[in-house]
Amino acid sequence: MDLGGINPVILIATLMASAVPILLAALGETVVERAGVLNLGVEGMMVIGALGGFIVAVQTGSPVMGFIGGAVAGAVLSLIFAALTQVFLANQVATGLALTLFGLGVSSLGGQGYNGIKPPPTGQLLPDVLADLPVVGPILFGHDWVVYFSILMTAVLWWVLKSTRIGLIIRAVGESHEAAHALGYKVNRIRLMCIAFGGAMAGMGGAYVSLARVPQWVDGITAGAGWIALAIVVFASWKPWRVLIGAYLFGGITVLQLNLQVAGSIIPVEYLSMAPYLITILVLVIMSAGRKGKVNGAPAALGQNFHASR
Amino acid sequence: MKRRNLLASAAMGLMLASGAFAQGMDKVKACFVYVGPIGDGGWTFQHHDGAMQVQAAYGDKVEIQYQENVPEGADAERVLTQMALGGCNIIFTTSFGYMDPTNAVAAKFPDVKFEHATGFKRDHANVSTYNARFYEGRAVQGHIAGKMTKSNKIGYIASFPIPEVIMGINSYYLHAKKANPAVELSVVWAFTWFDPAKEADAAKALIDQGVDVIAAHTDSTAPLAEAAKTEGVIGFGQASDMAEYKDGPRVSSIIDNWGPYYVKRVGALLDGTYEQIDAWEGIAGGEVLIGEITDKVPADVKAEAEALRDAIAAGTYHPFTGPINKQDGSAWLAEGATAPDGDLLGMNFFVEGIVGDIPQ
Repeated sequence: MDLGGINPVILIATLMASAVPILLAALGETVVERAGVLNLGVEGMMVIGALGGFIVAVQTGSPVMGFIGGAVAGAVLSLIFAALTQVFLANQVATGLALTLFGLGVSSLGGQGYNGIKPPPTGQLLPDVLADLPVVGPILFGHDWVVYFSILMTAVLWWVLKSTRIGLIIRAVGESHEAAHALGYKVNRIRLMCIAFGGAMAGMGGAYVSLARVPQWVDGITAGAGWIALAIVVFASWKPWRVLIGAYLFGGITVLQLNLQVAGSIIPVEYLSMAPYLITILVLVIMSAGRKGKVNGAPAALGQNFHASR
Repeated sequence: MKRRNLLASAAMGLMLASGAFAQGMDKVKACFVYVGPIGDGGWTFQHHDGAMQVQAAYGDKVEIQYQENVPEGADAERVLTQMALGGCNIIFTTSFGYMDPTNAVAAKFPDVKFEHATGFKRDHANVSTYNARFYEGRAVQGHIAGKMTKSNKIGYIASFPIPEVIMGINSYYLHAKKANPAVELSVVWAFTWFDPAKEADAAKALIDQGVDVIAAHTDSTAPLAEAAKTEGVIGFGQASDMAEYKDGPRVSSIIDNWGPYYVKRVGALLDGTYEQIDAWEGIAGGEVLIGEITDKVPADVKAEAEALRDAIAAGTYHPFTGPINKQDGSAWLAEGATAPDGDLLGMNFFVEGIVGDIPQ
């Protein structure tokens, strides 16, 4: 079962877990961007979620409460962004970047005194009988509940965006906010709710880092995962299932390059570290080459603020 | 306007600094540049602890300033320049990657003292370097690792391919091999000093491949947290004691104890005896401490490890004592010879028996 010293079953099982933070954050950002808002503060919301989730989990002793706390923390932070961009019509790019810096700073301050504490463990969901099955056991049944939740969310978002009225409204707002407004939809209110949803998902992704993946709190624990999540949204051309593929690809390459090193591979690690980014560029080039004028299916009103007076 | 202010304050900073050195100073502003956050629980945490010891030792006579999370590279040069202009008398740059920025800025501020940790460049009279002989601690860890492993596979999470890290790996491996000839070492290069998620992933990759003793040369406690998830896997505290994992995987640790050095250097500046030096102390000088070896380690192994520590401290044993061959089989140290410091500081090769290449 070994390929060059690496067990592919364990590799796949590991990458599914390691992709969860970027998958959750990227799914949230997908909804936000489909509604026409570019929130570059994903990293900030993730790190706040990581801290919020950690604190709640430590205080209550319940990892589930921790994830909810992380989602709430991320959503609260994103509301700052929502207030600035939707009410005061501030520039979205600048506000998003500021949100990241703010989130990193606030989490560093709020995390004082939480270093070195161990959170309650987030265990495997299904019984060992299933997880011990050969091959399918570790891949399908050996995970904690958040891994299943992230896949479920992918399916739900795909369905909501594609086949429901809510999805249609979100897409309408993102493609042409004037038209949506003319039809009587409250553009800014819909966007605000999407932003809060994106914040909650990013916060939950962050909480997964501090509660399950690393499990501990240190400053700057998300270490750039939010930026990768942003890249994945573009890579996936704003489609949930492709977000899942992108997250597994990025997560997989990270895990793979470490495993290859342990297995004594001859491929230099630098090439593997570059690979996900090279693939992103490649995908972008291929997709934008296909359709003239319109760049790879980006929502038409992405990054534009809306005010009813216009 | 801006430039004039800048020049004026630069000139003033130089003037203030220049009068001071010959006869000591009444008050010293000591500044520290950190590569990670103080809350990393490892490397930066220990440097900050040293800074706090300086404050405690001299009270009002010293003013401490520090900046966290300073990237190695161009940003570091900006931070250093700003500190020098801001009236710092002595600046400690606490990571290897600050080597060139430190020397570049030192050229512009001849009256400010610069102290660079773990480097080897002293291009100007006002640059000193200081380091600790961590490889001595690695020898003790290696011995414990060799004795404790059940799978005969031990792992090492390495940060960057620099002499500092490579000599740690070599020392760790040599002593593990000596304790257990069947041992195999896997090295993972993380290419970061501080990235908890990546460090945890690296530890997981090692554990997935059957490694049951993990040493890390990165700054966070994440590898220990990851090791705690798997029964039977042990690890070591790195840079700091990481005592919170004592009832988990942590069986011992290497503690960087910078305080005494910082206190000594700032004190020398205060009383006027400051000179450029190249300091490299180890277990004997108290810069490297071996954290408590827990009960998970059998008593005889613990006694051997402590004997090894004491022999190194007493100077009767050098962790790099020949015969040692390089990885390609060529001879490095002859029977009984010990490694000269120059060889260690420029070390760019694995010793015989380690599998894998050092990334270039």
